[in-house]
Amino acid sequence: MHPFIPYAVASALFGLGVLGVLRRRNAILLLMSVELMLNAVNLIFVTADATLPKAAPTGQIFTLFVIVIAAAEIGVGLAVVLQLFRLKAAINVDELPLAEPGDDDTGDTDVADAAADKTGVPDVA
Amino acid sequence: MTGLDLLLAGVGLVAVGAGWAVVATNQVVRAGLWLVVCLGSLAVEFLLLGAELVAWTQVLIYLGAVVVLLLFAVMLTRAPIGPSPDLDRRIGPASVVGVGVGLSLGTLFAVAYGWTRYELPAQHGNAETVGGPIFTTWTLPFEVVSVLLLGALIGAVVVSRGAK
Repeated sequence: MHPFIPYAVASALFGLGVLGVLRRRNAILLLMSVELMLNAVNLIFVTADATLPKAAPTGQIFTLFVIVIAAAEIGVGLAVVLQLFRLKAAINVDELPLAEPGDDDTGDTDVADAAADKTGVPDVA
Repeated sequence: MTGLDLLLAGVGLVAVGAGWAVVATNQVVRAGLWLVVCLGSLAVEFLLLGAELVAWTQVLIYLGAVVVLLLFAVMLTRAPIGPSPDLDRRIGPASVVGVGVGLSLGTLFAVAYGWTRYELPAQHGNAETVGGPIFTTWTLPFEVVSVLLLGALIGAVVVSRGAK
């Protein structure tokens, strides 16, 4: 068994996952690309484990942990995506504002208020 | 090149081709089905490497649960049947980064392992040899992971109920 073969497969899958995460707009397809990357890491773990026959199968145990964490991640991720769809009726990640609309205005007035408070305090005293 | 190497390379090619289809297709449902092919061939790869328990866990959790969950999400978000033109950004910058990451990882492994040959250990990945260390050496991480999974699922329920 030449371990370079599965390692090459894992590298290609990880690259494809990165490509998908950067390229896709649809949030569900984004999560699928993340799964590709996680599986590439799993393949690396299992292959590395196969090259260490004497030791305990730590690589496989870590693979099981990664699978469980991936299941948790996909559960929470899809809940967030569905909630997003309910709010905006779209799951296109390009159209998501990173802050609430009008956030900048309130931020400015906050700063102005704080400045007014600072100057206002001696007056009250 | 032994028979095992040829099998590993062939199944790996299927996995990479299906992975390319996942990130390249313009139909959302088909991306999910190609993901089944990709994860299934990775399970075969795990079997060939002797990791039986991991392979069957992969089939149960990924093919049985994660992909079904993804397809449910595709249905619940009313993804159109048939091609959708607006799924992707321009491929240029993303492909530069993706190919760069893949090639550098591959170079790293080529430098580290070269064309070394290893004997595959016998009976290395069955339920006994993997389950023993989990419940002796790795008991605490195992419990932490199960609490994490429980917390994530409760969190998913809370998030999808929405704010009252």
